[in-house]
Amino acid sequence: MIKVKNLTKTYVREKALDNVSFSLGEGDILGFLGPNGAGKSTTMNIITGYLSADSGTVEIDGIDILENPTEAKKKIGYLPEIPPLYNDMTVQGYLEFIFKLKKIRLPMREHISKICDMVKITDVKGRIIKHLSKGYRQRVGLAQALLGEPPILILDEPTVGLDPQQIIEIRKLIRDLGKKHTIILSSHLLSEVQAVCDKIIIINNGKIVTEGLTDELTATGKSTTRMNLIIEGRMQQVYSLLQRIDGITNVTEQGECEKGCYEYVIESNRDVRRLIFRAFAKTDYNILSMKPVSVSLEDTYLDIITGKAEEENKNVSDI
Amino acid sequence: MSAIFKRELCSYFTSPVGYAVLSIFMFFSGIFFWVQCLYVGTSNMSTVFQSMFFIVLFVIPLITMRLFAEDKKQKTEQALLTAPVSIPGIVFSKYLSALVMLVFCLCSYIIEGIALSFMTTPDWSVILGNVFGMALLGSAFCAIGIFISSLTESVIVAAIASFAANALISLFDTVASTIPVDFIKNFISSLSFQTRYGHFALGLFSLADIVYFVTITFIFLFLTDRVIERKRWA
Repeated sequence: MIKVKNLTKTYVREKALDNVSFSLGEGDILGFLGPNGAGKSTTMNIITGYLSADSGTVEIDGIDILENPTEAKKKIGYLPEIPPLYNDMTVQGYLEFIFKLKKIRLPMREHISKICDMVKITDVKGRIIKHLSKGYRQRVGLAQALLGEPPILILDEPTVGLDPQQIIEIRKLIRDLGKKHTIILSSHLLSEVQAVCDKIIIINNGKIVTEGLTDELTATGKSTTRMNLIIEGRMQQVYSLLQRIDGITNVTEQGECEKGCYEYVIESNRDVRRLIFRAFAKTDYNILSMKPVSVSLEDTYLDIITGKAEEENKNVSDI
Repeated sequence: MSAIFKRELCSYFTSPVGYAVLSIFMFFSGIFFWVQCLYVGTSNMSTVFQSMFFIVLFVIPLITMRLFAEDKKQKTEQALLTAPVSIPGIVFSKYLSALVMLVFCLCSYIIEGIALSFMTTPDWSVILGNVFGMALLGSAFCAIGIFISSLTESVIVAAIASFAANALISLFDTVASTIPVDFIKNFISSLSFQTRYGHFALGLFSLADIVYFVTITFIFLFLTDRVIERKRWA
């Protein structure tokens, strides 16, 4: 459905995108994840034909966006980071304008009411956009992207500005839409991507750092387990005792939490709870708490992003 | 394309801009009509059209100032540029909406013509010829205004810069008169909007003048298209 090959884009001095390639099949929901300025919006702007890449190609359902932009754009519904709303129009008037602009061949009034019901803006249809709250504006933006039921939806941070209840509704809506549409969505909320998307691409400094299925990426996180321990006893002895246990790969001491008790975070490559218990049962040190910490995608994400950042810093200092 | 045209035309009347433009235009055209026709007692409206040159110069930037600048500021250009419409299509629709707004202004002359017809037989060929000439002049000013609007995000800057550009073009005559070398002098004055437009007001209908204004319109609309296209590659 979408094929992106070797996209490179340079703004005045900095490289915004560096050789980005990926492809999506029908009905896929792809989550774009990355810190601010990573190149998420730039990629989306290039796919929708708003910007042009320095090199590389974008194919929408077999149509090259540069060779036949009009046909390619008909297949895309786009919600940019800032919804493109005309403040002086009413919601109904604006949606009618977009409907005609997109040259949609469906019964106009019925189609617009259907979309308004979907994103729950029916009650503000007659209001002037200027007077709407941020949440409503965002939903009108989503409505204009959905007009004409394009096979591809590109949503740049679709839930920004919504309240928690609306966020849940919109996420559900996106998941439902994913059954029929191919969707790319960007977000800085990792939980959102985890909850909604089948595939994830993590992008940093214009490069794809990781890509894979959501389940796979979450699972990689679980190959190391992390535990939080509170142990009563002298810190140095406990520390070395922990280090000697088979399977523990890393021990960090977090400081004194109660009098004479210290907190530790350990990382291990298998389940070591029994080994720890037995090791300490033989000593005078008492385990007061042992709590596994789940490694979520968030940690994987942070590891990847900060890991890369550190690497780059190192490279810079080497120079 | 027609969607953009309709939206732009409607938006003149959902904001005060459209009403301001119409009232400024009609106020001055009414004053000149009264002073130069009714008061003097002539049915020749040519002088009214000549005086209106500076009003058109001032009013057109108000018509064109928001056409691209506001889209850029409100980020609505993303909706336009990702819709299945070509860039020349967008530029032309916006130009057309500005031109139609100008035609609304020009309707005031028809009213003045009708007013004259109660007292005497007005020379409709002179009035219509002049209206046509003013539409051509306005078309060139519109294209220049749209081009300038595409260069900036600020509506105010677009208005002031277009006004300055229009004023500069009108100064060509004054500049030309100071140059002693004949062929440069002739060249510059042949570029002057005022001289060219003056021919229409005098009742001269020359193909060269029509071609000149159409060419200026075309050049600036083409440049606008290039500016927007270039932004995609920046």
